[in-house]
Amino acid sequence: MISLAGRDIMHAWVKFVFTGVGLGLLIGVTLTMAGVYRGMVDDARVLLDNSGADLWVVQQDTLGPYAEPSSLYDDVYRGILGMPGVDRAANVTYLTMQVRQGERDVRAMVVGVVPGGPGEPGQPGYLIAGRQITRGHYEAVVDIATGFKLGDRIQIRRNHYAVIGLTRRMVSSGGDPMVFIPLKDAQEAQFLKDNDAIARQRRRTAGNPAFNRPGTPGLLDAVIASQSVNPYINAVLVQIKPGFIPEEVAEPIRRWKRLQVYTRAQMEGILIGKLIATAAKQIGMFLVILAIVSAAIVAFIIYTLTLGKIREIAVLKLIGTRNSTIAGMILQQALGLGMIGFVVGKIAATFWAPIFPKYVLLEPGDAVRGFVAVMVICVLASFLAIRAALKVDPAEAIGG
Amino acid sequence: MADMLGKGIRIEGLHKRYGKGDTAVDALKGVDMQVAPGETVGLIGPSGSGKSTLLKCLGAVIEPTAGRMTLGEDLIYDDGWKIPDLRALRRDKIGFVFQAPYLIPFLDVTDNVALLPMLAGRSNAESRKRALELLEALDVAHRAKAMPSQLSGGEQQRISIARALVNRPPVILADEPTAPLDSERALAVIRILNQMARQYETAIIVVTHDEKIIPTFKRIYHIRDGKTEEEAGEGRAFE
Ligand SMILES: Nc1ncnc2c1ncn2[C@@H]1O[C@H](COP(=O)(O)OP(=O)(O)OP(=O)(O)O)[C@@H](O)[C@H]1O
Ligand SMILES: [Mg+2]
Repeated sequence: MISLAGRDIMHAWVKFVFTGVGLGLLIGVTLTMAGVYRGMVDDARVLLDNSGADLWVVQQDTLGPYAEPSSLYDDVYRGILGMPGVDRAANVTYLTMQVRQGERDVRAMVVGVVPGGPGEPGQPGYLIAGRQITRGHYEAVVDIATGFKLGDRIQIRRNHYAVIGLTRRMVSSGGDPMVFIPLKDAQEAQFLKDNDAIARQRRRTAGNPAFNRPGTPGLLDAVIASQSVNPYINAVLVQIKPGFIPEEVAEPIRRWKRLQVYTRAQMEGILIGKLIATAAKQIGMFLVILAIVSAAIVAFIIYTLTLGKIREIAVLKLIGTRNSTIAGMILQQALGLGMIGFVVGKIAATFWAPIFPKYVLLEPGDAVRGFVAVMVICVLASFLAIRAALKVDPAEAIGG
Repeated sequence: MADMLGKGIRIEGLHKRYGKGDTAVDALKGVDMQVAPGETVGLIGPSGSGKSTLLKCLGAVIEPTAGRMTLGEDLIYDDGWKIPDLRALRRDKIGFVFQAPYLIPFLDVTDNVALLPMLAGRSNAESRKRALELLEALDVAHRAKAMPSQLSGGEQQRISIARALVNRPPVILADEPTAPLDSERALAVIRILNQMARQYETAIIVVTHDEKIIPTFKRIYHIRDGKTEEEAGEGRAFE
């Protein structure tokens, strides 16, 4: 037996290829949407991986430091270092802002880290060029996605930094590339006010009789000095000693230091469940709509192709073709269309994914699921056409 | 001819009523007809007289209301279908030729003909061999690889005759097979049908209005008001 569907497709291949390509671009968009979601999840995981931490210590009753603001005094890490199971602890700050270089500026997540070698919590794990931050001021390690190069001078608030190291795939959960600078500089950048504001604040402080007491020399100066430093950080990143379970190290810190502590698993839950949950739903809606549109297109095309063959179908029935053969022919055509569409979509998505500004992660698993979904949609979409074909009366071939 | 019981086509007292109650139409009111293997008969009659209805009953695509029909050696209808699989009956025992050739546009000439034996479960190679034999007999073998859209009307009609014959059915039903053809081609089609009827021992019924071909039949059934009358035809033209 010959393949009726195959012959029909070969006969009308121009129509099939054009429809398949159109459908394919739609499928490509669908795969890309799924890739955007996967990219966001991956960005979140990479963010956690790259922080090099086992535990995140943040302000009580907050989901900090990524999902909610959190602020801690910059000396709490000392107490944490003394807790059982804690190997290393380091302060860190996060601030998303525009980083300038010459004429242009780049949206980046500025991370303040304690200078030191690799392996220090918060430090970028590996560099593709240059060296780590070792000095206390005015050095920066930047993600390559910022477009900055080694030796560039970049500006954060009023200070200039020399780019001394490059790293890769260091992004915030929002997909912004990271810029690492020394912690002290970062604290200053978070806090820094312009000169007018500083002068105004001094005047206010001097005007307050509680601070400017006659007969207490030095008090006003001390208060003003304390106002112009920022003793806050956003989180303490903790590495635990080998042999300890994260939760058993976290619990005493929660209890005795009265701080919130998240393990890696909890942090991932917060990032994926809270921070990108709305975006994920948004993408889910897109996927549903795209699936419906694809189904409608396949159904419409297969239905019109079938209606165009009613005469032939009546003849096929008259000369003894089984209903199952006719249904199979239509079904195979729908699947063939889906197959062309999927291949075109997969190729298109692979080609255009790298051009997207944010990371698009095309997972093989999603491709398989997408393929199955396309096939299921094609089967469902061919029902209408099959019903029309089975209703054709073989007597129609004989006519009046 | 009447002695050839159990061969060719036999119809006795066939009735067909469309619809029910007040709107019922009695299209056939007791049709008797017999066509021997190797014989081609004409079926003529005014519009609305029941020609297509009779052909559809014989072709097992609509169910008669009462009567008896025998195709070849099989009793197929006796106040009810006597054959469980009408689709297989049509495939194996009946060849159809229509006013338009209705070839399958996406199959080439050979496969248009070979499709029927394939549907009957024969191998592709054997089906194509059979198809080519018939195309040769019908003088269209040189077009075997062409697509239907590349053929002339007369060629297409010959392909559809090959398709009707390929499963060696005892019966061929032709509905206005010459309507779109000029008189030379129309006569050629009838000549081929006659020749095939004799060569393959097939009983052929040709429904027609076509004045050009009516004189070629030796026997004609005239259908009027749902009943048939047999007439002798002129039977000329095939020396
Ligand atoms: N499906 C149907 N339902 C109801 N009545 C029908 C149906 N088909 C045919 N008829 C009626 O049966 C009668 C015979 O119709 P039929 O089609 O057999 O005529 P015909 O001889 O083929 O005519 P023509 O030469 O115009 O093709 C007509 O009165 C017609 O109106
Ligand atoms: Mg008719």
